[in-house]
Amino acid sequence: MVLLQRPHILLLLIGTHQFLQCWIAFGSVNEEGQKQAEFSEELLLKPLPDHKLLAHFHFQSSGPPSTSNGCHHHLFPKAISQLVQKFRIKEMELSFTKGRWNYESWGGFDPLSSSNAKPPGVELWAVFDVPQHHIDASWKNLTHTLSGLFCASINFLESTATYSTPEWSFPPASGNVRYGTLPCEAVCTENLTPWLKLLPCRDKAGIALLLDRPSLYRGFYHSQQLHLTSTGSSSEGIDSGIILEQTLTVVLQPNSEMAIEVHASEKHIQPSWSLSSIFGKQVSGRCVLAKPSSVYLLLDRGLSAANGLTSENFWSNPSFELSANPDRIFLEESSSHSKSLSILYMFQVEKYCESEPFDIGLMWKVPVAWLCQQTPLHASRFLMGSGNERAAIAISLKSTQFTEGFMSANSKDGSCELRVDVFQVVPWYVKVYFHSLRVFVDQQPRAVSDIIEKIHVSPSKDKMSPGVMEVVLKLPCRVNTAALTIEFDKGFLRIDEYLPDANQGFDIPSAIISFPNFHASMVFLEDDSLNKSPLLSKFQEKCPVMSYTEVLLVPLTTPDFSMPYNVITITCTVFALYFGSVLNVLQRSVAEEERFLKAKAAKKTGRLPLLLSKLSAKLRGRRLEPLHSPPSSSSFINSKLVLKVILVAGLAVGWQYFFS
Amino acid sequence: MEKVKKKIGSFSFWNWVTASIIFRLILIYFPKNLNLSSRPEVSTPLTSFRRLAEGYWLKQSFMSPYAGSMYHGSPLLLSLLGPLTINSLVSVIADVVSAMLIRATGQNLRLAYLRSLESLDLVKQIEVSEFLFSGDIAALIYLCNPFTIVACVGLSTSPIENMAVILCLYGACSRLIPLAAFGWVIATHLSLYPAILIIPVIFLLGCGPDSPPRKLFLQRHQQKEVLNQSKLPPRFSWGPVIHFAFWAFLWSVYVLVLCGISLKQFGGLWEMFKSTYGFILTVEDLSPNIGVLWYFFAEVFEFFRNFFLIVFHVNILFMILPLAIRLRHRPCYLAFVYVAICSMLKSYPSVGDSALYLGLLGWFVNELADMQFSLFLFCGYVGVSLLSPVMHNLWIWRGTGNANFYFATAMVYACLQIVLVVEGVSAMLNHDRKLRNLITGKPQDAKS
Repeated sequence: MVLLQRPHILLLLIGTHQFLQCWIAFGSVNEEGQKQAEFSEELLLKPLPDHKLLAHFHFQSSGPPSTSNGCHHHLFPKAISQLVQKFRIKEMELSFTKGRWNYESWGGFDPLSSSNAKPPGVELWAVFDVPQHHIDASWKNLTHTLSGLFCASINFLESTATYSTPEWSFPPASGNVRYGTLPCEAVCTENLTPWLKLLPCRDKAGIALLLDRPSLYRGFYHSQQLHLTSTGSSSEGIDSGIILEQTLTVVLQPNSEMAIEVHASEKHIQPSWSLSSIFGKQVSGRCVLAKPSSVYLLLDRGLSAANGLTSENFWSNPSFELSANPDRIFLEESSSHSKSLSILYMFQVEKYCESEPFDIGLMWKVPVAWLCQQTPLHASRFLMGSGNERAAIAISLKSTQFTEGFMSANSKDGSCELRVDVFQVVPWYVKVYFHSLRVFVDQQPRAVSDIIEKIHVSPSKDKMSPGVMEVVLKLPCRVNTAALTIEFDKGFLRIDEYLPDANQGFDIPSAIISFPNFHASMVFLEDDSLNKSPLLSKFQEKCPVMSYTEVLLVPLTTPDFSMPYNVITITCTVFALYFGSVLNVLQRSVAEEERFLKAKAAKKTGRLPLLLSKLSAKLRGRRLEPLHSPPSSSSFINSKLVLKVILVAGLAVGWQYFFS
Repeated sequence: MEKVKKKIGSFSFWNWVTASIIFRLILIYFPKNLNLSSRPEVSTPLTSFRRLAEGYWLKQSFMSPYAGSMYHGSPLLLSLLGPLTINSLVSVIADVVSAMLIRATGQNLRLAYLRSLESLDLVKQIEVSEFLFSGDIAALIYLCNPFTIVACVGLSTSPIENMAVILCLYGACSRLIPLAAFGWVIATHLSLYPAILIIPVIFLLGCGPDSPPRKLFLQRHQQKEVLNQSKLPPRFSWGPVIHFAFWAFLWSVYVLVLCGISLKQFGGLWEMFKSTYGFILTVEDLSPNIGVLWYFFAEVFEFFRNFFLIVFHVNILFMILPLAIRLRHRPCYLAFVYVAICSMLKSYPSVGDSALYLGLLGWFVNELADMQFSLFLFCGYVGVSLLSPVMHNLWIWRGTGNANFYFATAMVYACLQIVLVVEGVSAMLNHDRKLRNLITGKPQDAKS
């Protein structure tokens, strides 16, 4: 008992000591009145051209610097702050996505799509603030922690064969980045629940109340993200703590019942919707802890142009009707290469309460058609070739309406170039031949050195590391189509390396196509309130335009999974046959001579044949004798055996007696 | 009469050589439909030219050619063959050179055999005039073998590896010790397995080319009761062996230094050994080939992998000693058996390896005239080489068969090679027995 008590006491001592330290630290901060933990909740709704609606939830909590605050937090989730402190993460992004972002109809040039369109499955990247040789260990621990936190198989990213180290094409360019994806990860509500747990009000109050699982997962696209930025342990001394952004982007199809009621005659009209019709719930007031708690409705440039809304007449909206009056309307700052402007309607949730819940609806009056702003080049990726031996990956880039506009704007200066970065990770069993890289511009094969400005390749090592290819393309602006093809051999795996559904095939993660010359940003006028809204200030940041290509499914040849024993036994038999027969042949002559000598000798004194013949004669002559003799001999053996058994038993008893 | 025969023989020999070269060139310049370079029978991870091109590309872009697991060949091949555009011509030349070397060695062996028969006074009992020109036959078998043609046209490095092996044997047979050492070092450097050829080379240098066992000579002379030392085959002499060892050391240092220079800015020699010899020994690549190890290691449980790796490699090593003891008087035949065993048990076999030992088999047409199952073996080889591509197509391209189909042909192929080795060795031992019986005057029908 004494032994058992000691660690308790020790633990208690340590615990109290730490608690005191923390408490002291916490108190001191409060006295100083430094940065407080903040939390904001925002929802952005955006009608999409193909009769769908985008809902973008944005929750941001910022934790005060750990040095000044100790280990206690008001709002900030403790799990995340511990994670950041333990693994010294500078920046991290984790996304769970289901479905594919439709770049052609949902756009790709605005900040919303370039930062929230993610590849299917899980994507994780992290920047660490540790020495170079510790990064991999930190990454491994991080994946395990996250997989526990979010109930996902992120721990599969632990092995070196699944994650890569982008050199320069990945946006947060530095050597400490690790990037990994799990394209086949199934994303569902079990990942959402732990994600919601990080919110101070969970989904019990505020905007998060809208997150009704059935209606969320019914959508066309669902991406749940966690973005961490920390300056906690930077050497610069400026300590602004940790900022945790949790976003959830869903593309939903509004129920068209309302539209049918009102405009049954018109087919092409956009379906009208309201929050309650989409999510089946209403917002009954804000989360008490959230500082700004607001809902936005964004009409992008194309839509506002189609509605004829300009900076003068944006108060009147001829084509649709809002069920609630906006508290504010923001207008985008006019940019250089588009005349139309996006319009943002803002609704403050603070004004509403339980008895008067917030609901916003949009009723279309006339059919409107518009196009979202697209990426300069539309990227898609496909496989070429047939059979299970080898194939080729092709990344094709097609010009969009944006490029045409851009080209006409820049056509005056003759040498106009479009820079495109391609970042492609391939798993090791896709054995890429980098020397087979071909570039086609406008369907004409071109010399690789003409088009590719910079290339960085790290070839895959079997079962060790994936293949990474980073390419910078310099395309002429007038390009219509461009294509990159690269050949690969399909690898053959051991039977236990195949997934349970081996015949389904393996996924090649999405390639990232980014356009570093273009930045998507939306700057809204009326700056005074912008400081309060993290979502809008995020829109103002210049983020590079990037898009993800499709995930490719590569079928690999399978061995026969039921055969291991057969293969082992048959092969070993053949080898034994080889060994035995060669040895037999080699020693045969010696044996032959011996046999010859023996045969000679046997003629004189054949003892063994003699014995055998005697025995046979005995067996034939007196049949009863052998039958009688065995019992006698067996009884003799039995008596001996009994003696032995008794001896052993006696020994055992003695042993037992001696030691007890 | 003999002279006329010889003339006709040599005339048709050169005809056949030109025909085979022209056939190769035709195949090379109509490569569109053949696609031989991607056949699993031709290009293994070690011999594939595509992988060599990838290694060369990596080297050109200032990366180690062994970065990634694509290239597993020698850095010297990379600098020799990498910049060339017409690689198939190199393999044609390599084939012709090896055929010529095979011919010269075969003639050498035949002369040695005749000389030993003469000294045994068996010229009358065995009709020497019926003797075939084994050198010409071996060279023609090597040149016109479809396996050789496929390996040559299909852009693989195996013609060069084969040439190195043949160079080694030729050098040892004609006592050009530096050449033998060079061939041995290069062959070992390129594909590791020819390292065990050092034993036949030592025997060749120590006692000269193939001859009946020394015991027979002694018996013969005891019968005659005159011990004529000049007619006896020479005793084992260590001089040339030491000479060979010196040259082998010199050449290997030279090769290593060259490799070191070409890999200086990359991982160095250790990386080279790891990704060439290490790759051969650990059977990392499980893509199908005509051997059986790929499927075995794809199916075997991870726990036993190392054990079986050791077992299969030791299988080669275990056979070295018994064979060397029994066939020490016939070093060239010993070399043939070693090459055959290696090409059967090697981790990434290709038809190029089979082409080599089938060519070497031609040297011993006179001795192996009584070999059993030769028709069966011939039919087996034809059958397997027709069935194997069909099964591969069914499995990989059509998806209607599974891996077992292809593995079955590989298994049959391995069995055929086993039968060839076993029957070959037993036929050679029987031949020696026959000679002994001729000398001692025993009845010839002493069944083996």
